[in-house]
Amino acid sequence: MSNIIEGLLYSESHEWVKVEGNVAVIGVSDFAQSELGDITYVEMPDIDSEIAAGESFGALESVKASSELYSPVSGKVVETNSEVEDSPELINEDPYASWIIKVEMSDESELSKLLSPAAYSEVAK
Amino acid sequence: MEQELKKTCLHDLHVELGAKMSPFAGFDMPIQYTGIIEEHNSVRNEVGVFDVSHMGEIFIDGPDAKRFVNYIFTNDVSNLEPGSILYGMMLYPDGGVVDDLLVYKDFETGYLLVVNASNIEKDYDWMLGQKDGFDVTIDNRSEEWGQLAIQGPMSEQTVVDLLDIEEIRDLSFYTFNELEDENGNRVIVSRTGYTGEDGFEIYAPTDVIRDMWQWLIEGGVKPCGLGCRDTLRFEAGLPLYGDELSAEISPVMAGLGMFCKLDKEQFVGKDALVKQKAEGVARKLVGIELKDNAIPRAGYPVELEDGTQVGVVTTGYHSISLDKSLCFALVDTGYSALGTPLYVRIRKRVFPGITVKKRFYQTNYKK
Repeated sequence: MSNIIEGLLYSESHEWVKVEGNVAVIGVSDFAQSELGDITYVEMPDIDSEIAAGESFGALESVKASSELYSPVSGKVVETNSEVEDSPELINEDPYASWIIKVEMSDESELSKLLSPAAYSEVAK
Repeated sequence: MEQELKKTCLHDLHVELGAKMSPFAGFDMPIQYTGIIEEHNSVRNEVGVFDVSHMGEIFIDGPDAKRFVNYIFTNDVSNLEPGSILYGMMLYPDGGVVDDLLVYKDFETGYLLVVNASNIEKDYDWMLGQKDGFDVTIDNRSEEWGQLAIQGPMSEQTVVDLLDIEEIRDLSFYTFNELEDENGNRVIVSRTGYTGEDGFEIYAPTDVIRDMWQWLIEGGVKPCGLGCRDTLRFEAGLPLYGDELSAEISPVMAGLGMFCKLDKEQFVGKDALVKQKAEGVARKLVGIELKDNAIPRAGYPVELEDGTQVGVVTTGYHSISLDKSLCFALVDTGYSALGTPLYVRIRKRVFPGITVKKRFYQTNYKK
């Protein structure tokens, strides 16, 4: 049974979003990390690049497989987590503390399309 | 229609151990138990045990056994002593590979051929189709026989301590012993493996294999899944049928010509290989080391600096033991020399690399 925490929004592609003002902090869920196994590489987007909701902004690579990361929101990448880039296994250890990127949202109404923890628990099984 | 997955004789024990199960070669197999990296490292540093009961065991016997095996097999068994093993391939007449396999010369008249799980039926049918004019029996016992691989620097001590098989101490690499357990079961133990480390492979009837597996696990040996079997064999430069060898990828293309004895009598595919050696082949298998940590995966294009595609990745990983991104790739022969700069396209980006020897990891076989 994977861990889903309160206070976050989730996407069907297993990313989580923590809203801090107009910035969306984005990571992947416990379900996603456990499905992937040992994560060995994070492909990050460039700072200041524009990304659109539902589009790929990077990828996670485990030993066995690669998995694209999809942005739950549209906007501009303002920060990437260099600690996670250097030590991708942090995502396995604590997926909710190991955020991947921060996005300055261009359309906060997109948040309403994301899943609540309860709704996501139906997806992540 | 999806075919129902086969199960090895240890399937329920894998599920009990909490393994992540996944289809492989028609079997529902354990990919990992605790994690690929941890399992990989236990084989490199200590010892691990794999259930490889999905592999096929085909016995060839009869007055013409030697002549028949030499006819369908690329390596030369004419001087193979009882207790010795050879690696090689079975070929189609055009030089494409039916399968790669191990041939064990037993202590009587026959041979044990160990073949890939995905190819058991195909191989068996192929052998039957070649047997005209040979007085041989071909016996596919894959279902009755299980197989364990015990691999790693501590494997000798493990087999002696936990399985009480003292005889293996004297085995050199690619030799085996035939034993009988207290119930009269035939047990074959060879010093072989698919990891680049010292290790043993044990063949026995499925009940015996179940007992041995449980003794090993209870004795603290780490169960290892097919996930790390692939990362280990990859680092050691060993091919996997379907990726680095196939009906389209000949041993000459794969750089395995040393296992094809072109000076022996006729064998299926010999003429094609002689021609390939003389005229050259269009593509060759190379190793590529990337300068970045991005991971090249099977199917990704290999390119020149100007974007021209000259090949394709067959297997790739971020190597666990070497901490580098590496791959095998089949490339146009003109770009296969060691030290050739090549680029791998990974999703939207292109990563520079250089061709290197395929044996990425220094293997530790017992002499």
